[in-house]
Formats: sequence, structure tokens, C-alpha cells
Amino acid sequence: MELSRRDLFKIGGKILVLASAGATLEELMGAAPEPEVYRRADHWWGMIIDIDKCIGCGNCVRGCSQENHVPAGYYRTWVERYQIEEGKQPQVDSPDGAMQGFPIATREGVKSFFVPKLCNHCADSPCVQVCPVGATFVSPDGVVLVDETYCLGCRYCIQACPYGCRYLHPVKHTVDKCSLCYHRITKGLTTACCENCPTGARQLVDFKNPKDPVHEFLRNNKVEVLKPYMATQAKVYYKNLDGAVR
Amino acid sequence: MIRPALVLLAGVVIFLIIRAAVVPKDFGKYGHYRPGALDMIAALPVSYAGSSQCAPCHEDEAKVHDAGKHASVHCEACHGPLAKHADDPEANVPKLPDVANLCRRCHEKDAAKPRSFPQVDTVAHSQGMVCNTCHQPHNPHL
Amino acid sequence: MVPGVEGFMYPNEVELQWSLLIVLYPYITGLVAGAFILASLERVFKVEAVRPTYRLALLTALGFLLVAPLPLQLHLGHPERSVEMYLTPHRSSAMAMFGFVYLWYLMVVLLVEVWLEYRVDIVRLAQSTTGLRRILYRVLTLGSDNVSPEARRIDDKVSYIVTVIGIPSAFLLHGYVGFIFGSVKANPWWSTPLMPVVFLFSAMVSGIAAVLVLYMVLMKVEKKPIDMPCLDTIAKYLFYTFVIDFSLEMLDLVHRTYEADESFRTLDFMVHTRLWGSQVILQIILGTLVPLALLAANQLWRFSEIRRKTMYLVASLLTLVGIFAMRWNVVIGGQLFSKSFLGYTTYKVSFAAKEGLLPAIGLMILPFLIVIALVKLLPPWEGETSKI
Repeated sequence: MELSRRDLFKIGGKILVLASAGATLEELMGAAPEPEVYRRADHWWGMIIDIDKCIGCGNCVRGCSQENHVPAGYYRTWVERYQIEEGKQPQVDSPDGAMQGFPIATREGVKSFFVPKLCNHCADSPCVQVCPVGATFVSPDGVVLVDETYCLGCRYCIQACPYGCRYLHPVKHTVDKCSLCYHRITKGLTTACCENCPTGARQLVDFKNPKDPVHEFLRNNKVEVLKPYMATQAKVYYKNLDGAVR
Repeated sequence: MIRPALVLLAGVVIFLIIRAAVVPKDFGKYGHYRPGALDMIAALPVSYAGSSQCAPCHEDEAKVHDAGKHASVHCEACHGPLAKHADDPEANVPKLPDVANLCRRCHEKDAAKPRSFPQVDTVAHSQGMVCNTCHQPHNPHL
Repeated sequence: MVPGVEGFMYPNEVELQWSLLIVLYPYITGLVAGAFILASLERVFKVEAVRPTYRLALLTALGFLLVAPLPLQLHLGHPERSVEMYLTPHRSSAMAMFGFVYLWYLMVVLLVEVWLEYRVDIVRLAQSTTGLRRILYRVLTLGSDNVSPEARRIDDKVSYIVTVIGIPSAFLLHGYVGFIFGSVKANPWWSTPLMPVVFLFSAMVSGIAAVLVLYMVLMKVEKKPIDMPCLDTIAKYLFYTFVIDFSLEMLDLVHRTYEADESFRTLDFMVHTRLWGSQVILQIILGTLVPLALLAANQLWRFSEIRRKTMYLVASLLTLVGIFAMRWNVVIGGQLFSKSFLGYTTYKVSFAAKEGLLPAIGLMILPFLIVIALVKLLPPWEGETSKI
């Protein structure tokens, strides 16, 4: 059968209409969009912690321990309880890093609060500075990581960290520490500690994301990093951190 | 004097050959480290799936949960890591949490907790009963 | 309550990271640096009186240098990866410099120096011995058997240059260890610009004392008379170096006490309790003040030969103990207190573990065995063979 130009146009037009109808239908039905490729240069990770919201439940410590298979007796994150009586040195404890929360023993009548701690993922990190071989480093997206296939276990970085967040893994014999759940945040998830925090005291933030709540948080609140005089450019900001906290 | 110099030179050459063979070619691309480490760490397995993974199957619980005071508490904060269950629900059936100890960990009255946070002396408050006798854990406010 | 902890320590701080072996390492490299400086006194500063100990000092330095990397290897979580320090050294890390400084010092300074000094003897021994020893000496000649006066003059000249280069190299070999501690801003017990200088001078003190003791012991064993002018000169230099070392340490102490910054209360308490025995009794009183008194007395009054020998020996032995205590106080002391300044932990030395007392003792004995072997191979008394 011979196709005239007219027929060709008719068939072509039908195909076009059907195709666009199909595509629109697919969109309306909510088909899965293409997975977004994680681009490291688009992110600069940190964390914000609100002291006034932390209840010392230890969910973060347990969650991190499960997610990252942290060996018992070592801590990628932990919570400290401060009890400060006027004119005296603060009394601080962190039973098993607050893995099971805290025993109810807080004294009445003294200033008391909880301080969650973790690696501060310093932009000018003293631990990265001292690694002799380049086994620990700041990633392009601002996370301080340890390459466990390269680490010698010399422990110089553990000595250089002002915050006590590193430890030597007793089985792997390499240094380990909070990785800001790099394997989660690069997939669009939040960190295990933030996921498990019931009050939202801990929140993962991305300084390069203009819509991230961190910008308003920093603008509207009095914030501090731990040991600011160390000038490590720490990226974990605390709201309402008491001056007695070390 | 030439001889010790030759010995030293030979040593340097051998070292450079070993170095070229052993060090990964892209070492130093982003900084003084092995770029392969970034991918290695990013590929680690996930244990907590995240609440967005729970809602599609557990719609009813999610609706009740999102309407109440525990809306900001993610599912796995109480139910534990459930990524395995999300991947294969039939094969990995999770255990229900131990209610009394779970609730107590957050809600036991303590002076160090923020005053505005709901907390009670659980022994006196519960009168021997377990918490979910009166409180629905997903939407606990009475 | 965490066992061994008083007050509060960050949970990951409770266990010490750098153990007895890391105390041993700077002690050993200190002996190397000190022994070499003593050797250089003769070669570069023309202090002829110490000539009899020149070769012994070189062999002592070599013996200890060969053992120096061993405590580090035992300490590393992955010693098989230590070659990474040569392959991809991180230039911002003082520790990365270790591999190269060590290698430089071993190869260029010590081995070349020893080779040049012994070349004539090696050639002679290659011709006069038989069997395995002959092969060994022939290899050591590196194929050259030119011992003409012209060649010897060149040897001396090059040796002079190598020693001149060797002095700052020795400073670097041990000074960088001081910098490794001194540059850690996180630790107030360590962080001071004085640290490399204090380490260096205490190294020189320990090295000179070690050679003095070895010389006296070796002379006794070989039933030879001790060259008293040599011994007196070594003791004199030991005294001068010790005065400088003591002044530097006192300066650090006075400065800390005067400024009394936030860390002071914690550190002061630590010294008065956990470090009382090792710092005040062992390092300061027995290890510094008593030897200084003994050595100073010899500068002020003249004692009989027997008395002088006894005083020098006692002073040197106490010094060696005292300098070890100093290393202990720096390394272990720096880890006993919390960086929160709110607590202290304890260090229990294990015995038969990888980083315990047993390997430490073994590593301290090993250099002496090596020196004995070296003395047998390369006699320190010119033109003779050793009676050992």
C-alpha cells in the first residue's frame, strides 16, 4: 500500500500525541525520578546541637554503635552530664559514654545539663595535620575520615585531637572515629545519631545548601564550638553551651 | 669516595622504582590521601532505614504517630535498626521493644533534663503497670 | 566508676595510647645524638683529650641507631605499613620526617663516618684474617684498598665535612622528636617551643654519660688503664651540658608556675601525685641534682683518681636513669590527665605483652650486644684487635 504524505503526518501525529500523553501520565502517577548523583563539591557537612533539648537518653550513642559496629568500650559519640555547683569545679560523668543513658542521680539545686559530643569535623583539623602518611583526611565535602586500609596505627592523631574523639580499634588496629555516617549522608539519609535523637537536639547540617536550617540557626542563636581557642574551625555548633563545658 | 656514593645512588633508584609500583596512581587527587577511601567508606552498609521507608507499608501507624507528641521521634529510635526488615520484610521480622525500659530511658524524671520535657517518677506514676497499659506509644498524650 | 580513673576523662582518653616503648624510643635516639656529639667534639672542635673515645662513641651511636626503629615497629598497629612513611610522607607531619631523617643519618652520616674512620683498619684486617671474617672485611672495603697517605688525607677531610654535616643532622634526628611532642596544641603538658631544645640537651647529656660509662666498663674488661685527662674532659662537657639542660627544664617549670593558666592546676596536681616518684624523686633529685653536685664538685676541687672515677661513674649512671625518667614523665605524664582538666587515669605497664616491660628490657639490652659485636668487628683502639 502506498503511503501518501498526508497519511504519514496522520500516523506521526498520533504517535506524538500518544507518547506525550503517556509521559504525562507517568509523571502524574509519580514514577520514581532518576536517582540524584551525589556530588561532593555541593556539600559542606556539619552538625548543630541544642543543649536545651538533650535529655541524655543515650539513643544517639546506641544508634551510632549499631550503625557503625563500634566496639564495646570505645565511642564515636558520647554524652556527658555536667552538674555545676556554684563556686565549685563541675562534676562530670559519662557512664559507658551514656550508652544506657544516665543513672538517675542528678543532684537537685545545681545547674545540670547534658552535652552530646562527637568528632567536630574540623575544617583546619590538627589530627589531619599530624598524620604521617595521609590515612586521615578532610573529604571534599567537609567530613574528616580515616582510610582503614592505609592507617598504620601510630596514634599520633589521637594525641593531636583536642576533643578526645578518636580511639584505636581493638580488632582492626587502626584508628577509628565518627565518620558523620558518611555512608548514609552520601545517600541522602541523615546520621544515625540524628535519626535516633527523639528531641531533635542533634541535627545534621549542610552549610552549602542555601535552604538548610543551619543558616537561620546560626543567625538567630548564641552558638559556640568546643575549645574555640584551638582554632580548629570545628563544624559542630552548640546552642546554649555553658562556659564550664570542656 | 665514589663507592659509597654509588651504593647510595643504587638505593635511591630502587626506592623510586618500588614507590612507582606500590602507590596508587590517583593518590593526592583531592588531598594527601587515597581517593578510593571516599568510595570505600561511602559503600558501607546501612543499618537504620529512616522513617520514610516505614510509612509506605505501615500507613496506619504512621498516621497515628504523625498526629501526636511523638511525631518528631523517628520509628527506629524505639524500634531499633530496621534496614534489613525494609529490604526483606518477611525474612527479618523485628521484635517489639521492651516498653517499660524504653519509655523510662527518656521519661524518667531527672534534674538534668530540660524542665519543659515531659518526665515523671515512673515508679510512682505507673503504680506497677507497664506504660502502654494507658499510653499508646505512637501517640502517647492522654 | 571507671577503673583507674579519678574524676572525669573523655571516654576514649582512659586508655593510654603511647606506652613504655614510646618512652624508650626518644631515649635511644637521644643516646645516639649525644654519643655523636661527643665524637664530634674531637673531630670538629679539636678537643684532643677525648680522642681515645672517638671510635667507641661512633660505634655506640651506630649500635643504638640500629635498635631505634624497633620500639616503634612493636608499637604500630600495622608495622607492615610503616613503609608508607617513605612512599607517601605527609609533609605537614613531623612524624613523617622520621623515615628520611633516620635514613639520612644512618646512611650518610654514621655509616660513611664509621667507614671512613675504619677504612685503613678494614683493609689491613681484610689482608690479615681468614675465612668468613676475611670475606666480611673484603665486602666492607667496598672494593677499595687504597691506603696511601694521599688517600688518608682525603679520608680525613671528607670525615671532617661529614661530621660537620652530622652535628645538625644529629640535632634533627632527636630534635624532631621533641617537635613531635612540642607541636601538639591539644596537650598543654607537651605544647611548648622549649620541648625540642629540652629534648636535645637531655639527649646530649644521656649520650655523653653513656659513652663515659661504656668507656670505663670497656677499659675494665680489657684490663687497660683509663686515660684520665680524657675522662676528666668528658665529665667536664657532661657538666656544662647538664647545666644548660637543667636551666631549660627549670625555665619551663618556673614559667608554667608563674603564668598558672587553666592547665596549671591539673598538671600541678598530677606532678604532686601520680608523677611524684618519677619526676621529683627520680628525675630532679636523683637524676639531676645529685649528678650535678658530683660533677660540680670536680670543677671546684681536685679529688684523687679513684674518687673521681667513682664520682663520674655514679653521676653518669644516675644521669642515665634520670634522663629515662624525664622521657617517662613527658610521654606518660602527658597522657595521665584529661584534656577536660577534670580527671586523671593510670598507666599499668604490662609485662609480657607486645608493648610491655619484657620487650622494653630486651630492646635496652640489644644495643649493648650490638656494640659488643661491633667492637669485636671494628676495634676501637687503633692498630689493635679487641680482647673481647
